[in-house]
Amino acid sequence: MIWNPNKECMSRDEMSALQGKRLHKIVEYVYHNVPFYRNKLQELDIRPDDIQTIEDIKKLPFTTKKDLRDNYPFGLQAAPQSEIIRVHASSGTTGNPTIVGYTRKDIGVWSECMARCLTAYGVTRNDIFSVAYGYGLFTGGLGAHYGVEHLGASVIPAGTGNTEKHLKLIRDLGITGLACTPSYALYLAETMDKLGIRKEDIKLRVGAFGAEPWTENMRKEIEERLGLKGYNIYGLSEVMGPSVSYECQIQHGSHICEDHFYPEIINPTTLEPLPAGQTGELVFTTLTKEGMPVLRYRTRDLCSLMPGTCDCGRTSVRMGRIEGRSDDMLIIRGINVFPSQVESVVLSMPEFAPRYMLVVDRVNNLDTLQVQVEIRQEFFTGVFDTPAAVDQLEKKLAAKLKSVLSIAAKVQLKAPNTIERSQGKSAHVIDKRKL
Amino acid sequence: MTVHQLSIFIENRSGTLIKVLEALKQAGIQIIASTIADTAEYGIYRLICSEPMRACEELKKANVAVALSDVFAIEIDDQPGRAADAVKTFSEAGISIAYMYSFLLRGKGILVFRTDDNGKAASVITANNLKSISESDLSGLA
Ligand SMILES: [Zn+2]
Repeated sequence: MIWNPNKECMSRDEMSALQGKRLHKIVEYVYHNVPFYRNKLQELDIRPDDIQTIEDIKKLPFTTKKDLRDNYPFGLQAAPQSEIIRVHASSGTTGNPTIVGYTRKDIGVWSECMARCLTAYGVTRNDIFSVAYGYGLFTGGLGAHYGVEHLGASVIPAGTGNTEKHLKLIRDLGITGLACTPSYALYLAETMDKLGIRKEDIKLRVGAFGAEPWTENMRKEIEERLGLKGYNIYGLSEVMGPSVSYECQIQHGSHICEDHFYPEIINPTTLEPLPAGQTGELVFTTLTKEGMPVLRYRTRDLCSLMPGTCDCGRTSVRMGRIEGRSDDMLIIRGINVFPSQVESVVLSMPEFAPRYMLVVDRVNNLDTLQVQVEIRQEFFTGVFDTPAAVDQLEKKLAAKLKSVLSIAAKVQLKAPNTIERSQGKSAHVIDKRKL
Repeated sequence: MTVHQLSIFIENRSGTLIKVLEALKQAGIQIIASTIADTAEYGIYRLICSEPMRACEELKKANVAVALSDVFAIEIDDQPGRAADAVKTFSEAGISIAYMYSFLLRGKGILVFRTDDNGKAASVITANNLKSISESDLSGLA
């Protein structure tokens, strides 16, 4: 089912026209209401009337997380305080949090997007839906909550914590839907085991999981243990909150509410827009937001866009899985390489442990990339009694890496448990070129 | 008819070989013969020892990449030309030898080798009355 076929299944021409009209309006709006944007546009000698079609977006300046921090707390707010009915704050690991104010209309748009998302998952007004995201400054809890209400299903504002009571309600009330982080879903499954509650005892059938990276393997495990179908939900408070994009029944990418949030993929180094299908940094422009609109906000998330009509019938553009963060990018022989790409290849081969190290060096003015991986003990069998057999395994990985990275990498096999376990992505890289 | 050889993945950096040897020492395993096939970055350390199954388990506990491979060990007279004669027998039967090493034990030469066709090699050994060494022979020798 589709909540708003008018928008979700709009023809490309109509959508582009709508986006162009809305872009002009939002640029005019921030030009007159946000000094930060007026200064930036004036520096570039751009007037609102220069922006008429969606293609004109390329002329506009980018907005970064730093811009939001530098203008703490309300510097980027466009609406007067009297129009703001809610404020969320995103946690910053350093310095000030990002403060985002929403007008009544913003909350309405957000609820509409959430309703589109839940409908795509197959949720109807007959469902009882439990929201187990944090309620508070984080957008997850209240964002999902308002969406369930807007759809007309019954919302259970469970929040996080008190997992045993939550499970009792899931069982006794026959709760059918669940929104939470994938890791909390797994924690629920563990607690179920502990309490002796079987998946046959509960009626969960749909899960909306997001707010943190998760893998297909996690999805399988959650689905198996909770007996539901798990869908990805994506969002960020700087743009709106959860439901910026959502999976449909086809689960081949997440549909973006592009009539409200215009996506672009850019090369994070040159800032040039990339053609559809290529992986780069995801950038959003809010087309209708009143409280705190953003122009070309750089999410730092890396993914690709999939245009074209989906098998579900929606025409809205889809985004692929988040493949990493642009902060982790390496440039090797002019090619952008992300440790997460190497990770996905290593994880796809059971012969290797899920640990790896990228060693980048420069030899005779040429960049070299070496990928170190550990062979798993159980995969080191009697056939590996000659170097030829080891070389063959190294070549198999090298070929897969080459097809994913587009540059050659030399594979070095290491003994089990010899690569340091690392915290965070940058710890996977040794770049000797900086020395 | 075959014996168990330990095949061990060893990186080319200091401390890796001694780690393996120390683990074998701790377990009271005696090495009978060994050889390393080395490359620029790593080596495959092949060894024949007493109690290969237990040795393999002990090395796994020490986080060593180790596996058991089936190899032949045949006894030949300690005289010039006997190795050539033995290898010729296999090559005439169309059997390829992947690698081979040898050692002397109590006045006899022992050839250790892996073939691409163990079944065929076993029948060649029987047909030509070659003396193959069994696992129990080796533990007795050690
Ligand atoms: Zn779809």
